[in-house]
Amino acid sequence: MKKTILLALVLVNTFFTAFSQSDKFVTAMTGAIDQMKAAKTPEENAAAAAKFERIGDAEKTQWLPYYYAALIKAQSGFMAADKDKAADEATALLDKAEALSKNNSEIYCVRTTICYVHMMVDPMTRYMKYGGEASLNIAAAKKTDATNPRPYVLEANSLYRMPEQYGGGCTTAKPVAEKAAHLFTDFKPASPINPNWGKEIVDQILESCK
Amino acid sequence: MKKYLLLLSFIIIHFSLTAQVKISGTTKDHKGRKLIGVSVTLVNSYDGAVSDSMGNFSFKITEKGAFVVEAKMIDYTTVKQNISIDKDNVVLNFILKEEINELKAVTVTAGSFEAGDRKRAATVMSSLDVVTTAGSNGDVSGALKTLPGAQQIGEQEGLFVRGGAGYEAKQFIDGTYVNNPYFAGAQDIATRGRFSPFLFKGTVFSTGGYSALYGQALSSAIILESIDLPERSEIDASISSVFVGLGTQQLAKNKKSSYGLNYGYTNVYPYFQLVKQKPDYFTVPAFHSGEGNFRIKTKKGMLKFYSSFNAQELGLRRPNIDSSTLKDAFGLTGTNWYNNISWKENLGKGWKTNWAASYSTNSNDIFSQIQNQNNQLTTSGLWYIDSNNFTLKNTANVSQLKAIFEKKLKGINAIRFGGEYWHTFNKTKFKNYYTSLNENLFSGFAETDLYITNDIAAKIGTRFEHSSILNKWNIAPRISFAYKTGKDAQMSLAYGNFYQNPENNYLYATKNLDYVKATHYIINYSKMNTNYSFRLEAFYKKYQDLIKTFPNYNNAGSGYAQGIELFWRDKKTFKNVDYWFSYSYLDTKRDYNNYPMQLQPSFAANHTASLVVKRFVMKWKTGFNVTYSYATGRPYYNFQPNGSKYDIKDQGTTIPYNSLSFSLNYLPNLGKPKAKAFIVWVLSATNLLNQNQVFGYNYSYYGDIKQPIVPPAKQFFFLGCFISWGVDRSQDAINNNL
Repeated sequence: MKKTILLALVLVNTFFTAFSQSDKFVTAMTGAIDQMKAAKTPEENAAAAAKFERIGDAEKTQWLPYYYAALIKAQSGFMAADKDKAADEATALLDKAEALSKNNSEIYCVRTTICYVHMMVDPMTRYMKYGGEASLNIAAAKKTDATNPRPYVLEANSLYRMPEQYGGGCTTAKPVAEKAAHLFTDFKPASPINPNWGKEIVDQILESCK
Repeated sequence: MKKYLLLLSFIIIHFSLTAQVKISGTTKDHKGRKLIGVSVTLVNSYDGAVSDSMGNFSFKITEKGAFVVEAKMIDYTTVKQNISIDKDNVVLNFILKEEINELKAVTVTAGSFEAGDRKRAATVMSSLDVVTTAGSNGDVSGALKTLPGAQQIGEQEGLFVRGGAGYEAKQFIDGTYVNNPYFAGAQDIATRGRFSPFLFKGTVFSTGGYSALYGQALSSAIILESIDLPERSEIDASISSVFVGLGTQQLAKNKKSSYGLNYGYTNVYPYFQLVKQKPDYFTVPAFHSGEGNFRIKTKKGMLKFYSSFNAQELGLRRPNIDSSTLKDAFGLTGTNWYNNISWKENLGKGWKTNWAASYSTNSNDIFSQIQNQNNQLTTSGLWYIDSNNFTLKNTANVSQLKAIFEKKLKGINAIRFGGEYWHTFNKTKFKNYYTSLNENLFSGFAETDLYITNDIAAKIGTRFEHSSILNKWNIAPRISFAYKTGKDAQMSLAYGNFYQNPENNYLYATKNLDYVKATHYIINYSKMNTNYSFRLEAFYKKYQDLIKTFPNYNNAGSGYAQGIELFWRDKKTFKNVDYWFSYSYLDTKRDYNNYPMQLQPSFAANHTASLVVKRFVMKWKTGFNVTYSYATGRPYYNFQPNGSKYDIKDQGTTIPYNSLSFSLNYLPNLGKPKAKAFIVWVLSATNLLNQNQVFGYNYSYYGDIKQPIVPPAKQFFFLGCFISWGVDRSQDAINNNL
């Protein structure tokens, strides 16, 4: 009896320790990802980003929390009043992620989005600089991971939103979106908390470009 | 016993998992205003919250013991508090202090218009704007003339700013002075600038109150900063109604260095055949220009070299004003070689340094002749006519070395200091008579940027100079303040003393002169964001020690200028339309040269206004640009000697200046990422309405005949095609970096 209790306690403790080290992280990340997906207002976005940043600061060795925090800042940057500031915040977070995971295709993707946010401030004069940097990052994202559909998602989306006279629109966006859709069929995220977004954007483009 | 101990530990663990403690509180700034969006975190845990719209936060934790809670938000200093958690809820109040931040802090802008992308959002004019401003003909100064403070002067090159003459405005490239920024030309005909606007990433047009780093300019400093590395390698070609050009820029594979070479040839012969010019050109203006550059990214800085060489010729004949049977012929051949090397480095520990050296040599061979109806050299027997028979050869060499050190102090406060040395050598051969001027100018300067808060900033500086030719010192204090009055809005004040050597033509006569001096007082209000810019500026400028040429050369001249200027730019209200409006009111008088008293100078109009409208039509891939410029008439005078003084024998005011210009840019390959060449077609015309423009009057020797000064042709038309073949280096960059 004594042995059984002891064993049970040891098991519980082991479980508890293990839980606190890795499952606790996964659980927190899963919660934060849900929170990110549910976020609609700027406040909710900020709260989700802050949560990821807290996880990142506490963990110190995980790139994913900073990645998600940067992703939220970058994506909500399009709607921000001060787009440059939002983009700079996203860059600061992404730099932390990159310090922990170099040559990461997903990180190049967020860099691309940040370039677009900077560009939106004054597209006419900033196109040369940020448009060029964005395509550089897309190319780097494709090169580092040929199976990642997200660089194609970003490329397709940017083409889709570009006026036809500039070489955008369905004609050029559709083949890229199809490539992305094709990659999504085989794409398996490395873990449930690894990046796995973008399919809905591609579906939307393909739907409207039928 | 052991069993109970283990059980106890289990209970404790279990208890600690379930018992929650609430941490809540408020986040405020140091003025007690609630702060929204502050991230409050229990350090080294996942727990925390973001303060809500009321500046309140709350979260629950399950752990116990001693912890650190931090509150952070961008632009504010992070605050930490130590807490010890037992079983009671904790209330924490955080007060965050705003950090002084370069992007957020107010910048001292009195008197200056910044073009470029350096300070985001505060940009008035981008480099692209220079080339898309109708009427500018792709000339930097031409575009700057549409900004407040500058006069619409068509008979001379240069910027005439706030009652100042053209030689009171100086151009600086990467920190060093440019001696001959414009091509040489004939009297009463303005010439273009030598430098292409594409060389520069930023242009600051300062109409007063500028930094102690810049000297020898009484009215205005045009501060040009050359581009760093180009975005990509390319080959460029251009062909137009007046010139052809070919060039390349090559960016190294590792994107750490680049070089470029360009050659251009301008010849207006075909154009002059089509569009009749008033003067009789016996040598049609033609220019060869070549330039080269290299740029190298250093460890934490940049090294840039730029060199340009121009050779030009022109010859023209106009009727002589004193005799109906004679003509004035003028011929010029000239060369100009300009070199600039600059090095910027971040030395670490808050230190930065900036070195620049430049050397230029400019020489002109001029002949002036009185010719008869058969275009042969002749003499009339009247000395005031025959004095126009001469040859003149002049050479000007300028070398300059400048060093600046900057140390960042606490926050973004900074101190900057340095010195410069200019050596100027001018040599003139008039007929067979040689003269030369040798000048060594030393100067030292120091200034400090002080930020009391993000809302209040001051720039305090001083500059001193010693000229060997004048053998005198000057000390010029300069102070400016800026105060943020609201979102995007600020008030600025500036005061400063400015000195300049007398022009060479006076110094050839006598070296017994002193510096000419101006004192600027400026007050300015501006409200700017990415879509709108509004500024209102009032100034008073006092001129002292201006050069008088009568009865002898001395510094007894004086004057003043005061006025109000308005600028409004709007990129938002009308879709795809970007327009700006500028208005300048100027009241100025000066007593200089042979003026008998203080008079409004002939280069100053009381009211000047410009409206610039640009519209890009995506569907046609074409930009349409229109500029309308207006200025009230300018005064003109004829002075005649009368014993020991000059009298005004005649005076008047010219007709108002009006000019409507148009330009069109067509980009056929826009948005074709696969196109091999990027093409821009440019079509432009000045003075569309063919209005009469009179810039002043020339008088005969005795003042009994006067002739209007008019442009060589009322209108200027241009058609050009610019092509660039780009080599995208992105793939190389990826291959090398991964």
